[in-house]
Amino acid sequence: MFVNMKLLTHNMLTSHVKGVTKGYPLLIKATEVKVNEVDFNPQFVSRMIPKLEWSALVQAADELGHRQDLPVELVPEYEKNEEFLKKVHRVLLEVEVIEGCLRCPESGREFPISRGIPNMLLNDDEV
Amino acid sequence: QQDQWSRLVAEFGQFFHATLVKAVSIDNTLHICDLYLQVFVVKLFCIKSTSLRLSPLQSLVVANGGLGNGVSREELSAALKQMGEVDKLIMHPNKPYAFVTYRSEESARKAHINLNGEKLQCGENSVTLYLSYVDSVTCEEEASVPLPEGLVLVEDFVCSEEEALLLAAIDWSSTNTDVTAQKALKHRRVKHYGFEFRYDNNNVDKDKPLPAGIPQECLPVLERCVKNQHIDIMPDQLTVNQYESGQGIPPHVDTHSAFEDTIMSLSLGAKTVMEFRHPMVASLPWFYQNGASWITPRKFDMVPACEPQSFGDATPDLRTSSNLTLSKRGTRTSLTFRKIRHEPCRCAFPSACDSQGAPPAPSPPPPPSLPCCHADAALLEEQYVHRVYDAIASHFSSTRHSPWPRVCHFLSSLPPGSVLADVGCGNGKYLGVNPELSAVGCDRSSALVQICAERGFQAFVSDALSVPLREASCDACISIAVIHHFSTQERRLAAVQELVRLLKPGGRALIYVWAFEQEYNKQRSKYLKDQNKELPENHNPAENSPEESQEPQGKSSVHNSSHSEDNYRTVDNNQHVTDGKLSVHTTAQPSKPRTFWFPGI
Repeated sequence: MFVNMKLLTHNMLTSHVKGVTKGYPLLIKATEVKVNEVDFNPQFVSRMIPKLEWSALVQAADELGHRQDLPVELVPEYEKNEEFLKKVHRVLLEVEVIEGCLRCPESGREFPISRGIPNMLLNDDEV
Repeated sequence: QQDQWSRLVAEFGQFFHATLVKAVSIDNTLHICDLYLQVFVVKLFCIKSTSLRLSPLQSLVVANGGLGNGVSREELSAALKQMGEVDKLIMHPNKPYAFVTYRSEESARKAHINLNGEKLQCGENSVTLYLSYVDSVTCEEEASVPLPEGLVLVEDFVCSEEEALLLAAIDWSSTNTDVTAQKALKHRRVKHYGFEFRYDNNNVDKDKPLPAGIPQECLPVLERCVKNQHIDIMPDQLTVNQYESGQGIPPHVDTHSAFEDTIMSLSLGAKTVMEFRHPMVASLPWFYQNGASWITPRKFDMVPACEPQSFGDATPDLRTSSNLTLSKRGTRTSLTFRKIRHEPCRCAFPSACDSQGAPPAPSPPPPPSLPCCHADAALLEEQYVHRVYDAIASHFSSTRHSPWPRVCHFLSSLPPGSVLADVGCGNGKYLGVNPELSAVGCDRSSALVQICAERGFQAFVSDALSVPLREASCDACISIAVIHHFSTQERRLAAVQELVRLLKPGGRALIYVWAFEQEYNKQRSKYLKDQNKELPENHNPAENSPEESQEPQGKSSVHNSSHSEDNYRTVDNNQHVTDGKLSVHTTAQPSKPRTFWFPGI
């Protein structure tokens, strides 16, 4: 059950290149994306939502063509909105990036995603 | 065994099949070691391009029937002669096989049929013979080799009366062991007169003469040596060695710098064969009887096969290997006379000299040192950490399946929905412990991160000093057996600071580290072995490779988002180095081969 990078992880990732002050969110340039169905756990999703950078999630979903109709602003009382939670579930946990890269919005540095794994290592001069 | 059988047949083809089928049909309990020996012989022939044949020929190779297997010429010859008239029997020194050539093909065929797989009794042992036809027998008669340069061999220097007198003069009764520094060594016993040769430092205490000088009985012999100009100065040190049958001394180089040039060795009692080797010409051994340097620690010597009764009169010519057999050796006593040298050795062989150019005694390894700059530290970690883990990732992962209970306890204590970062997650064994967490791992080793992904965990490749996660994004961080991989205090602190950066206010981190110096309840860590101590009793060698095989003995410490510096107090920051070398802890250090140095026999 190999898993590739999910948007939940992407939501936490940031550029850490030396000197960069606005390295978040990373732009996703994907060449291969897939949807991998996962059991829906509304409670888990509701618990995750307040920990997310919502706008970054929506932007990432948009970049990958999986935004559905997720709103720019988080809807109130989302805990009770199962339809909404399912959409969040889909982008957060089911959309996976297999190949592509993550691009630092400030420096333009690209971090490769290969076989589902982001490589965030920096060169010596970037630390 | 059928499968081993098939493998061998496949490897060596039909010829081998024929031979071994025969062997097995005769002896159903064919020993696999015999079999391998035959394989060895066959391989040998392949290399030497001696052809093995299926059809009868006059010559045969007799596997296992060699001097090297303790088979004497007489024993083998007797068995071979029963099959017909033997033209030639060639037994090379130390080889486990022999070659026989019969006068007729008929005799050879008879031997092939009747002796193949047969046991031959040789003294107390027996060997199983395997015979194969060969189309040519090379009798590698080695070119006649002169005595080593500088060696003079004088036969019958003492008559039998003198021999008896000398032997009687050596008192082996243990009453005066101190006077003559008598010792029982592993495969001989030894006595010193004049000065003691010390086996602990392989040298002589020149200022501490022994109470007993060279026995009076030796003086006539020594005076004769001077008179015959074998020596120009009387020796003042005597080493007596006695070897029982079956005893001997391993190959060695004498400590010569303690003595003047000439070394005289008088061999009394049983005769023996000695081999001299030149350090640069190892393939050209000299064999001599009654020579003066080394004896094989075996029960038998290889000697020319004359009439066994009178072998003592044999000429010392072992250079033609076609005529050798084994001879049981009796007790032999050697007297080695030397003169102590009081000045430094200035011999013409500095590379072989124990006091000049020879490698010095190994100095103790330099103390561990710390890298002095960032680049050095990073380089060290690249060499000794990153490359190692990438290389051993799959093995590491397969031996790291059980999460430590205390870490699990910490993870289970986190509220559902907590965001967890495992910095240095390895194979991800903690990422799935609590499924109610949102866990992400990172590791410097892409091979290990790959394993995480295969196990269904979210992980990425990154360095723990610069974790690409949003500040204050985590409810909890763990760093298990990671931070001690950093080579300086600054870098370790930076790694802790990075964890703190990731934590939300009120978040918690669990850090496991250990140090060479760590103690718990006044006991040193059982994971890191003290150099002078035995393996700890509960140390499990099956699971002791590089890291975290055991939960460290130190108590786990759960920190609130500030960190404690307790773990760093043992780092000695006063050591500065420039070469950037670390002493590397290895768990499976091969034992050093022991080298034995002996004085003359």
